[in-house]
Amino acid sequence: MIVDPEVVGLSRLQFALTALYHFLFVPLTLGMAFMLAIMESVYVMTRREVWKRMTQFWGVLFGINSAMGVATGVTMEFQFGTNWAYYSHYVGDIFGAPLAIEGMMAFFLESTLVGVFFFGWERTTPLKHLIATWFMALGTSLSALWILIANGWMQNPVGAAFNAETMRMEVTKFSDVIFNPVAQAKFVHTVSAGYTMGAMFVMSISAWYLLRGRNIDFAKRSMTVAASFGLAASLSVVVLGDESGYTVSENQKMKMAAIEAMWETEPAPASFTLVGFPDVAKRETHAAIRVPWLMGLIGTRSIDEPILGIDALVKDATVRIGNGIKAYDAMLVLREDKNDAQARMLLAAHDKDMGYALLLKRFMDDPRKATPADIERAAESTIPNVPVLFWSFRLMVACGLWFIGLFAYAFWRASKRRLEGRTFLRLALWSLPLPWVAAELGWIVAEYGRQPWAIEGVLPTALGASSLAPGQVWLSIGGFVLFYTALAAVDGYLMVKFARKGPDGLGMWPPAPEPLPATAQAA
Amino acid sequence: MFDYDTLRVIWWALIGVLLAAFAIMDGFDFGVAALLRVLGRDEHERHVLLQTIEPTWEGNQVWFILGGGAVFAAWPLLYAASFSGLYVAMFVLLLAFIIRPVGFNFREKVEDTRWTRAWDYALVASGVIVMTVCGVAFGNLFLGLPFHYDADLRMAWDGGFFDLFHPFALLCGLVSLSMLLAHGAAWVSLKADERIAARAANLARVFSLVYLVLFVGAGIWLAYGMPGYAVAGPVVTDGISNPLAKQVAVGASWFAGYMERPYFWAAPVVAFAGALGVQLFVARQGFLGFFSSCLSVAGTIAAAGFALFPFLMPSSVDPRSSLTVWDASSSQGTLFLMMCLVVVFLPIILLYTTWVFRIMRGRVSLEQVRKSHHMY
Ligand code: HDD
Ligand code: HEM
Ligand code: HEM
Repeated sequence: MIVDPEVVGLSRLQFALTALYHFLFVPLTLGMAFMLAIMESVYVMTRREVWKRMTQFWGVLFGINSAMGVATGVTMEFQFGTNWAYYSHYVGDIFGAPLAIEGMMAFFLESTLVGVFFFGWERTTPLKHLIATWFMALGTSLSALWILIANGWMQNPVGAAFNAETMRMEVTKFSDVIFNPVAQAKFVHTVSAGYTMGAMFVMSISAWYLLRGRNIDFAKRSMTVAASFGLAASLSVVVLGDESGYTVSENQKMKMAAIEAMWETEPAPASFTLVGFPDVAKRETHAAIRVPWLMGLIGTRSIDEPILGIDALVKDATVRIGNGIKAYDAMLVLREDKNDAQARMLLAAHDKDMGYALLLKRFMDDPRKATPADIERAAESTIPNVPVLFWSFRLMVACGLWFIGLFAYAFWRASKRRLEGRTFLRLALWSLPLPWVAAELGWIVAEYGRQPWAIEGVLPTALGASSLAPGQVWLSIGGFVLFYTALAAVDGYLMVKFARKGPDGLGMWPPAPEPLPATAQAA
Repeated sequence: MFDYDTLRVIWWALIGVLLAAFAIMDGFDFGVAALLRVLGRDEHERHVLLQTIEPTWEGNQVWFILGGGAVFAAWPLLYAASFSGLYVAMFVLLLAFIIRPVGFNFREKVEDTRWTRAWDYALVASGVIVMTVCGVAFGNLFLGLPFHYDADLRMAWDGGFFDLFHPFALLCGLVSLSMLLAHGAAWVSLKADERIAARAANLARVFSLVYLVLFVGAGIWLAYGMPGYAVAGPVVTDGISNPLAKQVAVGASWFAGYMERPYFWAAPVVAFAGALGVQLFVARQGFLGFFSSCLSVAGTIAAAGFALFPFLMPSSVDPRSSLTVWDASSSQGTLFLMMCLVVVFLPIILLYTTWVFRIMRGRVSLEQVRKSHHMY
């Protein structure tokens, strides 16, 4: 049965909107949780009031943000079932496990201890409170770990095999799923992105106070923490982003070729296209400025391995579709007679390519009836949207390089105790939105670049959708858009309101003057 | 490694435990939220009510999220079929869940009575919606849901949203609503300032009485007015997870399991005893009253689960497609691994959850709230 293409399109749109929306809040939670833990540690070690006030004030902003993170996360947890039912059936045996583990290991930890963070200041000792804060921060990063193991498996489905009797993928080796190199690379890159965002948030708002001449002492200290944390985080985003690039070129050659707008295979070592204008119709990139050798080094870490271009990869897909049809045929034979030895052998030989036969299901019910023209069409459909990937990737990288520069400069100024320069403070303030831009673009590269696959090489997106009526998905998209827009407005309003009020406006800073010692009074 | 059928029964029980934990832990949060404008007569009283749940509701909600994740991992067919089939109901439920975290956090961030009142009603609505929708969904399981599978195991849904409003399902919605309202009120009588607690205790008794009557009514209806489902022919308990490999007969009694295994009766008896306990204790011994209420919640869920066993989600249009404990699970390896992880992590979760409830113990008094208002 072919799923209504309208339902597929709408479900993709809804998933993209809700996921990108969730990720507006997630990385800030990740980064802020650690900054809070650091600030509170300094408080517990030195017992200086300013550090406690810093933890509490930034905590208010953290609270507003993480309420949105939790609210939008609940949608994500259930959306695989509501909109991607066949996907959930087909890979639930593997994919469900990390989601459940995330709940047990991470969500419980952070959500239970967040109560202690906000309400426990007077109810337990400072040390215990600090430990709770650290575990809360650990919880957020663990949650990123497990969700990225799930997502990494979609990009590189290791440790699983197709079972014809249950019509789904099943786990063969769970440790492969957990230690998936793609998942590891994604995890470190994504959490560093979160830490970068947290640091930028604190630095930008502190810069604003300094520009206004408010909360000087408070803001300078916050900025020093942010500059050091941010420098470390942004360096690791870039270094680990390179690692992500390497894993992509290993496992998702088509995505890599699209990011580079590389239509033809270049002789090794390939050059890196700095900028240019990919032309999808003509299959070439105009006005390209190329850096020789660089791409070959990034993608293969060698100078003699070629990187395959899009045209070559499409040819490759044609062959795999042919093999996939054999596997599909064998599976149907086995469904009638599960002891047919020849079919069993055929399936075992080609089951890695079965997903490629399923690409045809978008166009016809029975892939076995495909003509060479159909196969051609399906092979062409494996090319993702080249210009979008090309530009998103370059913008993300540009942001990354800018962050290193900015944080390094801030760090230098902080170490010289010269944080006042107005140009610097303005730059720090106006860079506030950039981490969001980079992170959202990163997901577009990773997920849109994976199309047409939901599970790379295994399950096409179009097949994964639930059999819904378009009206139902229209209703939910409309509802989410309305609801989320309203919440975004409220969230933005409160964030600005509380950032403007500042620690002084909230009565948190400066602390009430201590009564002067008797000797001073006498004098 | 454990046998496949043993693992399936263990996971059936674990999902029941998660469901009961969600209903017990988050149930009172929903109950309190729903009663916010009834029990809280002025802003101070509402602060007290909210402060009894604010430090802990977020952790409690994770029982629901983990329920979703665990069903995905252990019963992927159920996860796929139920949430996509009940698409619109699920959407409504999600909206109710989305509004809650922001409601708690944003409510007190602007000092304006219209603002606070708007968030109050959002919280009330979210409480009422979640408690009712969950009950209605459960009720529909006994009626069978209109779905079937094709040979690729792609599920198709053959009914509409409004078919879900069968009177029996609505009755189950009311059972759930009254049960959790009583539960929320019992929590308030344990945790809030004595002046509010006394009023809450009265409400708890009223709601738990209503619950008791409705629960018995639903049971009688189920026994005499509702055809049950049964697996026909030999039952393969450790076979492949493909629902189409069995046959199902409709027309048996939903109480067949109770007749076969008399110890099932323990569940409704516990539910009953719990409700009586609420009547007896809630006014004077707050802790016993609340504990009784927990028992009645757990007993009710277990009673329903036992009646359904071994079915997870019966199909009314193509009974063969019904999902059962024996043919809707994930593979043996996944079930085993996940069970090991539960054995490790559940005690740890209980440990720190207990710690947090301990440091938050004691009544929230009106004086305390008047004196200092907490920034969250
Ligand atoms: C890189 C990190 C990351 C990514 C890719 C995702 N999440 Fe998320 N999620 C978090 C990091 C996170 C977090 C930082 O841990 C949040 C944000 C606010 C919070 O309290 O926890 C969270 C909250 C959150 C919650 C609420 C948990 C609670 O009550 O504590 C749920 C149910 C999900 N998420 C589920 C998902 C699903 C199903 C995703 C995949 C599609 C997903 N998240 C992507
Ligand atoms: C929160 C961070 C995430 C963001 C911002 C994000 C972004 C996106 C985007 C933009 C799409 C649309 C692609 C398209 O349909 O053209 C998409 C699709 C999808 N993503 Fe992600 N993603 C995120 C996390 C994840 C994770 C962690 C998973 C898996 C656990 C995941 C699974 C999917 C699925 C199932 C789809 C729909 C099918 C598809 O279109 O491929 N996403 N996501
Ligand atoms: C020189 C800098 C950077 C490089 C080389 C780089 C590289 C990459 C690559 C190759 C991917 C795709 C991974 C995949 O498709 O599986 C990616 C994804 C992503 N990037 Fe970057 N990136 C850089 C900077 C940044 C910055 C500054 C941020 C945010 C602050 C960011 C956030 C993300 C996110 C959130 C994703 C999606 C998750 C993932 O796939 O890991 N990146 N990045």
